[in-house]
Amino acid sequence: MSTKFKEKPSRILFLIVNAVILLLITYVCVIPIWHMIMASLSNPTALNTHKGMVYFPLKNVDLQAYKIILQYSKLWSSYLNTIIYIVCTCALTAVLTTIAGYIFSRKSFFLRNGFIMIISFTMLFNGGMIPNYIVVKNIGLTNTALSMIIPGALNFFYIIIMRTAMDNIPNELAEAAKIDGASDLKILWKVILPLCKATFAVIMLFTAVAKWNDYFSALLYLTTRRDLYPLQMILREILITSTSDISTNSANIVENASIYKKAIEYACIVVSTLPIICIYPFVQKYFVTGVTLGAVKS
Amino acid sequence: MNRVVKNKKEKKPLKGYIMRGGIRALPHNLNIDFRRNKVVYLFLTIILSYFIIFNYLPMFGIAMSFQKYSPVKGIFGSEWVGFDNFINFFSGPYVGRLLKNTVLIGLLDLLINFPAPIIFALLLNEISNRVFKKTVQTISYMPYFVSTVVAAGLVINFTKSGGAISEGLAFMTGGVSENLLNIPEWFRPIYILMGTWQGVGYGAIIYLAALSNVDRELYDASKVDGARYIKQMWHITLPGIAPMIIMMFIMRMGSVFSVGADRILLLYNASNYEVSDVINTYVYRLGMKDMDFGMSTAVGLFNSVIGTVLLLTSNKVLKKLSGTSMF
Repeated sequence: MSTKFKEKPSRILFLIVNAVILLLITYVCVIPIWHMIMASLSNPTALNTHKGMVYFPLKNVDLQAYKIILQYSKLWSSYLNTIIYIVCTCALTAVLTTIAGYIFSRKSFFLRNGFIMIISFTMLFNGGMIPNYIVVKNIGLTNTALSMIIPGALNFFYIIIMRTAMDNIPNELAEAAKIDGASDLKILWKVILPLCKATFAVIMLFTAVAKWNDYFSALLYLTTRRDLYPLQMILREILITSTSDISTNSANIVENASIYKKAIEYACIVVSTLPIICIYPFVQKYFVTGVTLGAVKS
Repeated sequence: MNRVVKNKKEKKPLKGYIMRGGIRALPHNLNIDFRRNKVVYLFLTIILSYFIIFNYLPMFGIAMSFQKYSPVKGIFGSEWVGFDNFINFFSGPYVGRLLKNTVLIGLLDLLINFPAPIIFALLLNEISNRVFKKTVQTISYMPYFVSTVVAAGLVINFTKSGGAISEGLAFMTGGVSENLLNIPEWFRPIYILMGTWQGVGYGAIIYLAALSNVDRELYDASKVDGARYIKQMWHITLPGIAPMIIMMFIMRMGSVFSVGADRILLLYNASNYEVSDVINTYVYRLGMKDMDFGMSTAVGLFNSVIGTVLLLTSNKVLKKLSGTSMF
């Protein structure tokens, strides 16, 4: 477009200003992440006295902080916990959302609208933090790994986008399979699911990201079982509340471990964030579909 | 259930499935329907029991807000106190600041973080170089993938004295760099801007999708008519994405009052409670720290009810304006 017409000077000025603004936004998005990587590699004494952003490793590259966190087993076991929680929650969400979407997408099901009403009411109104806590406690889930998996595994919003995806599949397909003698389970597995793979992937992705971010349910439900903490809770101890024993724990690895406090914080951030940052460009296309899907269908 | 007739015997009960005037009729023979669709009914039972346990049972827990709840006695044994918990809350010292903070943070968030992605999407839309556009877009949603705890950790680090943000501020104002989170006036801007940083690129996805759906021919036609960029933006681009903007705005209006506890819990400290404490964080502290379940549930219920009213109102407005609704 821009090559066909001779641009006015004002337009050219706008384009330049626009590009500069966008580059600034990009810079602001990237630089904290770059900073944390470089800071984690810096010389700890230089880092402690340094002011402002760290663009390159200060003084010399120092990997001591990584050695310290490498032996801090709590961090790694919580990492493993988080992965287990994500995998299990995704599996549970997958099963529940699929079957819920299936029953609510059957147009001839006479109870369909009634049950959708019952379920959509939960989006409008909820009991609140403490009543939820009491229920989870009374069915014996608090301080077990299940408290991190079951509550919140099913939500109305996912059911609705799943149902919409299934609604779009022509009814004739399921009917043809039924004539051939396929059971409900078989129809769901062989006919319907393969046709809503994209929606399925989107729901899994949203669930995984939500679980990865979640520290609040651990704060509520895992009050005595610190060994079950997800990664975000351990990070919270290290970064926010400064109640972690990581520095005292590392006294036997390096002398005066206390000067490494800041470097350790950054190293923890890097090991917990970098994997995600590396993965997301490959899954972003699902996010784009997901967000658009959610807005249109909700 | 939807089932193709195989033989004459099964034909009769199927009649009941025919829609009558838009209302789904009951099958004539529930028994046969049940036997035929065992699996579907099993599925239904699973889903319903999940919602009953995790969504409806807690609603009975609301009874606690009218009790002097004691965990030992439980809901059935605790003493009923009527509206005492609500009266205590509304006559207590915190109600004013909690309401003010919740509304102010909610509105500020709406005011800044709602238009930010739209402006970003519009700016990005003006770029014709595909590689540049794609790169900027991909990088802009990187912060969304940084977890909330880590983002809060970075914010705390950057706003400490000597941190990048407070140094930059000190440089601009000529003052000394201080721990900004300890200064009450700075809490809200920091909280809102953390949201902007995490959400601007991610929030823009939807508007970029809407922008790409605006009819290209309109632009070409307007060019023939002599309309250039600002006019095009005003008469084609904005009307093109206006339905999306209105819908997103009303949806966000509905949640203005439900400022989540999790992000604030990470950033606030005793020196900025005055400006940072919102209803949800108060509910958390009352319930989980002071173990005052009755009062905490009462305050939570108050929050839920206002949230529900807001959501219903915004949904009604949405229905009236665009014919679509959330539920």
